[in-house]
Amino acid sequence: MILDAALVVLAVAAVVATVRVVVGPTDADRVLAVDLGFVVLLAALALLALRLGAPALLDLVLVGTLVGFLATVALARLAARRSG
Amino acid sequence: MTASMTGGALGVVGQLLVVLGVALVAVGALGLVRLPDAYLRANAVTKAAALGLVLVLVGAAVLAPGLDAVVVLLVAAALQLFTVPVAGYAVGGAAWRARAPMDPRTQREEGTDPTDDPEDPDGGCTEGTGP
Repeated sequence: MILDAALVVLAVAAVVATVRVVVGPTDADRVLAVDLGFVVLLAALALLALRLGAPALLDLVLVGTLVGFLATVALARLAARRSG
Repeated sequence: MTASMTGGALGVVGQLLVVLGVALVAVGALGLVRLPDAYLRANAVTKAAALGLVLVLVGAAVLAPGLDAVVVLLVAAALQLFTVPVAGYAVGGAAWRARAPMDPRTQREEGTDPTDDPEDPDGGCTEGTGP
């Protein structure tokens, strides 16, 4: 029950992050929105692993933290280079 | 509830941590929409990513059934704590170098406006991410 409510809140947060990716206005804002999208995805994966009783999803969380970090740093360098 | 849910006091603690973490992520999302410029939004998102996600992961570790699941979740939480500040710093430096405008209400010292000096490619930034 609580996990379901938490997943709904995370879904709303994902929608919000998508809105910020679309409206910008700067590339840095979009990078931040993608970062928050990753956070929401990882939290949802951890909760789904509990909710569905699927521990395989936890490995996805572990890999996702690293991929999210690398993606954010790479996108930040890209946004800095584009100067826009 | 699924069989993986721990009953008793431990279950309550785990659910409390998860709810607290999700609430922090929600506040971060609120900040991402409502705050006026990229630097303030970076503040909100970084807190959500560090504290919110780590609380969710620790709460999930408390609720998780097996030892290997607990280990994986705690390692993920530790990695998140180490990497989020670096990523946040990189994004902040990128926003500065890209001359992202600050909110007009921002109070700053003379010569620290990212849009001040068109000749300085780094906008007064001596370190951080750059090509």
